[in-house]
Amino acid sequence: MAKEKAQILDQDGIRRSLTRIAHEIIERNKGIDKLALIGIRRRGAPLAERLAVRIKEIEGRAAPVGILDITLYRDDLMTLERQPLVRSTEVPFPVLGKTVVLVDDVIYTGRTIRAALDALLDLGRPRVIQLAVLVDRGHRELPIRADYVGKNVPTSKKEVVSVRLKEIDGEERVVILESPD
Amino acid sequence: MGLSGKDLTGLRNVSPGEIQLILDTAAPMKEIIKRQIKKVPILRGRTVVTVFYETSTRTRTSFELAAKYLSADAVNIAAATSSVKKGESLKDTARTIEAMGADVVALRHPMAGAAELLGGCLGARVINAGDGAHEHPTQALLDLFTVREKKGRIEGLKVAIIGDILYSRVARSDIWGYTKMGAEVRLAGPATLMPPGMEKFGVKVCSCLEEALDGADVINVLRIQLERQQHGLFPNLQEYSRLFGIDRERLRLAAPGALVMHPGPMNRGVEISAEVADGLQSVINEQVTNGVAVRMALLYLLIGGGAQNEANY
Repeated sequence: MAKEKAQILDQDGIRRSLTRIAHEIIERNKGIDKLALIGIRRRGAPLAERLAVRIKEIEGRAAPVGILDITLYRDDLMTLERQPLVRSTEVPFPVLGKTVVLVDDVIYTGRTIRAALDALLDLGRPRVIQLAVLVDRGHRELPIRADYVGKNVPTSKKEVVSVRLKEIDGEERVVILESPD
Repeated sequence: MGLSGKDLTGLRNVSPGEIQLILDTAAPMKEIIKRQIKKVPILRGRTVVTVFYETSTRTRTSFELAAKYLSADAVNIAAATSSVKKGESLKDTARTIEAMGADVVALRHPMAGAAELLGGCLGARVINAGDGAHEHPTQALLDLFTVREKKGRIEGLKVAIIGDILYSRVARSDIWGYTKMGAEVRLAGPATLMPPGMEKFGVKVCSCLEEALDGADVINVLRIQLERQQHGLFPNLQEYSRLFGIDRERLRLAAPGALVMHPGPMNRGVEISAEVADGLQSVINEQVTNGVAVRMALLYLLIGGGAQNEANY
């Protein structure tokens, strides 16, 4: 079991980060016309939902929310020991011409986002794609960056950033774990 | 393991948990089929070979489409049915397939056990696409998927399988699948086409069609294999239709909203009336779509990478 090293965000920290990101999304896009939020399974999905709730509170109108499962677009399946479960992609609206904000919990190598971009483009042609993450931990392996970041956290590659959300994990916090090896 | 065996030769050796995993994986695959761009990159660079020693349209096409939707390359080896000694020709085929670098082979063959035999001589994964009167596991899986999708469950449902049980590999695989998933299976058909001792498999053998249909949630109508009809196993097609054909009157014996399924190709007016085949309770066309989804799921689970599936953790 990996040992917990430090807590980066607590419940209030997560809440404030999401509220700020919601404001930034609205400001950057000058409103929410044609805006859509698409969360990457698994923890991007509840984060996208929460951002949508905040955006509605601020703007008084809702933006559509979707979920992207990127399993079939991953580039590391042949090297994995465990085959991941394929789950459903639920984007119940056309993405053509939309400003899509992809949402994920952590950006690290950038490979998940590369897969998500491919998955999203197979659904249609958005006008713009932006990226929102709760934590940017560095160590990119691809030329990809986030447009909205909750918290930048310098990490070593031996560490693991674990985002714990009440919808999935039953608690609200972000911690750094020391990798067991 | 996701799927515990290298090959899928039948449902007899597949656990309920494995069936569950296949059905769960088929659901997101079906969503892909409904997209405008029906392609995901997961099996890029992989090769699926269909080897059919018997004629087939939908099963072979279904395997090919499943492979292509997952970005694998698919090729077909159309093998002659006659003039080859079965054992020998299979080994020759195996060498050919090995030389082509196939990752998965879908085999249809008139001899029971052919898929298992081929699997034994190949490093590639083998999926049984029908072997003699033995098994047709992907058909049963698509039947299970269709029932689960329409009824929300399989467990506890009353499932009637009607027709030629003796020669039907679909019936054999269906019986394994439905009973493993907890359904109550009833069989009905001409006595000459009902193998003795089926009760051993945990199914109910009904003496007449009405008994099997009574309150059934699902009716699986089997194809009367016209090519065997000359063998005198029942008097004639009119007689069969009169005794075992599913028409509107008989459908009323089943539970309201019962599903009518058929593996195709149908003999309209023989085992099923055109009215029922095209009726509101028929899910026969949906079965074809689901067949592609289920085969996509199998291909992913067999060669999508990762030695084990995370479902087991």
